Parts: sequence; C-alpha cells; structure tokens
Amino acid sequence: MKSVPIAIWVVLSVLALFVLAAVLAPELAPFDPLRQSLLLRLKPPGTVLGGRSFLLGTDDLGRDLLSRVLFGARVSLLVAAVAVVLSLVVGTALGLAAGWFRGWTAVVIMRSVDTMLSIPAILLAVLTVAVLGPGFLNLVVVLGLTRWPRYTRVAYGQTLQVAALPYIRAAEMAGCSSFRLLWRHVLPNIAGPLLVVATAEFGLMILFEAGLSFLGLGIQPPAPSWGAIMSAGRAYVERAWWLTVFPGACLFAVVLCVNMAGDWLRDRIDPRSVSR
Amino acid sequence: MTRHLAGRIGQALLASFGVLTIVFFVMRLSGDPTLLLVPEGASAEQIAQLRHQLGFDRPVPVQFLAYLGDLVRLDFGESLVQRAPVLGILAERIPYTVALASGALLVAWGVGLPAGIAMAVWRDRWIARLLQALVLAGQSLPTFWSGILLILLFGVTLRWLPTSGVDGPLSLVLPSLALGAVTMSSFARMTRSAVLDELGRDYVNAARARGLSRSSAVARHVLRNAAIPVVTIAALEIGNLLAGAVIVETVFAWPGIGQLAIQSIQSRDFLVVQAVVLFVSLVYVACNLLADLAYAAIDPRIRMRA
Repeated sequence: MKSVPIAIWVVLSVLALFVLAAVLAPELAPFDPLRQSLLLRLKPPGTVLGGRSFLLGTDDLGRDLLSRVLFGARVSLLVAAVAVVLSLVVGTALGLAAGWFRGWTAVVIMRSVDTMLSIPAILLAVLTVAVLGPGFLNLVVVLGLTRWPRYTRVAYGQTLQVAALPYIRAAEMAGCSSFRLLWRHVLPNIAGPLLVVATAEFGLMILFEAGLSFLGLGIQPPAPSWGAIMSAGRAYVERAWWLTVFPGACLFAVVLCVNMAGDWLRDRIDPRSVSR
Repeated sequence: MTRHLAGRIGQALLASFGVLTIVFFVMRLSGDPTLLLVPEGASAEQIAQLRHQLGFDRPVPVQFLAYLGDLVRLDFGESLVQRAPVLGILAERIPYTVALASGALLVAWGVGLPAGIAMAVWRDRWIARLLQALVLAGQSLPTFWSGILLILLFGVTLRWLPTSGVDGPLSLVLPSLALGAVTMSSFARMTRSAVLDELGRDYVNAARARGLSRSSAVARHVLRNAAIPVVTIAALEIGNLLAGAVIVETVFAWPGIGQLAIQSIQSRDFLVVQAVVLFVSLVYVACNLLADLAYAAIDPRIRMRA
C-alpha cells in the first residue's frame, strides 16, 4: 500500500465537510431557507440586522443565502449521487450482459452505447426534461439514464477479459449459474475501473444538475440547489454579486475535489495511466 | 483503406440513425406529442385537428418513417410559435454559434497547446506544477459560473467589455473565454501526454546524440509526432463546444442555437428544440467520423491495422 498523499487527505476532508454540511443542513442553517422577507431583500454579506446576522447576505426575496446554500448542498449532492448509482447499475448490468453473452446481445448493446455517446448528454437531458417537465425525480431519472454508456464500455471490456480466465471456466464447470458467476466472480474483479468512472461521473453529474437547474430545467424554485440559486441570482449580477459567487464557489470546490480524488484513484487502480 | 473507410462511414450512419430514433422517441415520452405542439389554451377540437394535420393519429411505425422521410429532405417541420419553417429559424442562429465555438476553439488552442507542451517539456519544474493545477481547476469550472465571474470582473467592475448580446466583435471575447476554458484544459492535458509519450522514444535520444539541442529536438521532431493525436482528438471537442454553448449563450444572451433551444423550451416550441438537438448531434457524429478519417490519413499504422 502506497501512503495517501497529504493533498488527497485535504481533498477528502473538504468533501467530507460538504457532505456533513448537506446532512446537517437543518441543524446548521441559521434560518429557514424558504422564509421570505421583503425588508431584507438583497442585503450584502455580513449584514447584521436586529440581532440576526446574515453571513452570506440575502437574496432577492430576502431569504438567507447561507441557509439556502447549505440546503442547496443537500439537493445538489443527492441528485448527483442517486443519478450516479442509477447509471452505474444500468450501465454495469448492460456491460456485463454484453461481455458475458457476446454475439448479438453484445452487438445490440454496444451499438446503442455508440449512439448514446454521439448525442451530447446535456442536450439529450435538455430535450428530455423539456418534454417530461422539470422536477427532482425527472432530473434524477434523466441524468441516470443518459449517462450509463461509459460504464457499459468499461464493464464490457473488463468482462471480456475476466471471462476468459481459467477460474471462471472452473466455476462454470462446477455448475455455477450465469447470474451467480457474474455477481460473485466477475463483478468483484471489475469493480475497480467502474469505481474510477463513477467518481469522474459524480463530478460531471453535479455540473449537469447545476447546469440544468441554471437553465431552469432542473430543481424548481423555491427549492434551493446551487444551480437554481445562481439562476435566480443571474438577474441581479450587477447589484448582488454574492448570489452567484458563493453557490458557484461551492460548486467549483466540490467538483475540483471530486476530480482530484478521481485522478488519484485512477492512478492507483490503473498504474499504466500514471504520468498522464 | 477502402474497407476501413466504409466501416467508419457505416458506423457513422448507424449512429446518426440511432440519434434520430432516440430523439423521435424522447419527443413521444410525454404520450401525445400534439399536446407539446399546441398553443396553450387550445380547444379539444383544435387539438384533434392538429393531431390529424401532423399525422399523429397514424400508427407509430408509419409516423417514424414519415419523420425519417421529412428529415432526409431537411424538413424539420414548421414552428407553431413563429409560423415559419424550423430550418430557416435554425439557419439564422447557426452563424452566431459557429462564431462563438470558433472563438472558444481559438482560446483553447492558443493557450492549451503551449501550456501542454510546457507541462511535458518542463515536467519536473514548478511551472509545470502550476500549470497542472490551473488545468485541473479549468476542468472543474462550471461554465456558467466562470461566465458570471468574467461578467463581474470585465463588465461590471472594470467596464472593459460588453457582457451580453451582440455589439461588435468585442462581444465575443467573454463568451469565448468562458466556453473555451474547459476545452483548453482538456487540450492541455492531451498535448502533455502526447508530448511526454514522444519524448520517451528512441528517436529523441538519436537526435540528441547527433548533437541537436533539446529544444530543437522538441521543435523539429517531437511536436510533429505529438500533433497526430492532438489534432484528431481536437475534432471531437467541437461537438462538446456546441453542447456547452447552450449554457454559455444563456449566460451572455448570445443569439445562437443554444439560446434558441432554451427560448423554444420556454415557449413550448418543441420542433425547434428537436431540430437543435438533431443538428448538434449530427455535427458531433460527423466530427467523430472526420477525426477517425484524419487519423487514418495521417498515421499509416492505423490504416494497416484496419
């Protein structure tokens, strides 16, 4: 075991802090993220009024930005996490099937992968959300079902390799069923590269969710998500910079940390890609 | 070579067909597509009439064939909001997106390539570490955030550059920077790894042994060989730029096809949205094909393998 570099400890701690903030949002948030107050509209960061302090300022409806950013972390991380799990499960299952059964199954599945990869994911998501209507559930399903092909590609290639190994043949001859073989013997052996893809995808999902919400196609107001807060703040960019700068900084920090962790993980799991 | 060509073109055609199929079925996810296309507050009678007029009362396979037939003739239908052919509406906006994507590509090439070369050639110096940190940051930047930061800095605080709409060529600067940043990072990464690969090869040592200085060995031999993967992969980024334009155009109120798509969603003009998605996806497929072909044309090893 190589030791974990300090930079990675820092990155993981920052991520842990964000997750903690998301989980504990109801306890940490100083105010109700939805409570409006016309008297408190667009107050700059650090405003103290009547004994209450608004650390990050308030938005155009007088809601406390810090509370909204904290609750926004919940939405953003949850959407990304569920979407990643969904696409991981769908993509891996298809990749396993293609790699195991080969023949026509593989042709059909892998051609669909090529096709899915030739539509820019954000556009497919835009079209689908536009047709189905925005909302938490639609967003998760759309993101989950547009981002499976990368897992399928990796799972397919890995399954082909693993399936040719003698221990798989041995287990097969011992009377092991296909499902049990894939679940108990193939999947654990291909989990590493899939995890690397999932990490990279988690960062992308956070960006997609924020992008769609920014375009008004994701999380709908008044619910807070980082993209949705920025979408509302866009109109006030000249008078209230804090509405876009703070949520965007959180988004950037989380994605940067996820990407750094992902790069490190990839180098650890696939030594060939070191130095790249 | 001919077989390789035919195979690639066949793949591209299949992918295009797949794209059309996916878009067709996504448009029908909501059940009755007529409901997507009628203006709000239409009566049941109007809806039924439109359904018949658009052919949505026919069996789905028949509709699909008719749809394919229309698209082959470049007939994207008629916008029910603007009462004009979708193709014309799209054509008006395309030059703006092409200008934006070109600007972004210029930023990405102009900064990404030298940065990538520097990262490889001086790989153990502090400058390489600094550049690598910047590249990593660039990759994690949400374009709408960097766009807004650019607006705040250059538009609101310094008042140097226009921040929205089209007002002369200067309007293109900020959107291009925002859109190009992500692509620039991936160019820099690709260039770095391509140059590093080549630096480790024997011919570099041979050139050095002949007395060439390190910098002229890099300039005369390494860069040429490293250019092959970099040039071809660059073609793939064009599709990503067009997709990224959806967000950047919204931030900067740039009147390209991305903004058109979002505006059309808001006005429930779904045939226009569909046309934008089809257009970008087909350009994407075409770029993929071109990249493959260019790769094969430049590098004989690939032709031989096929």
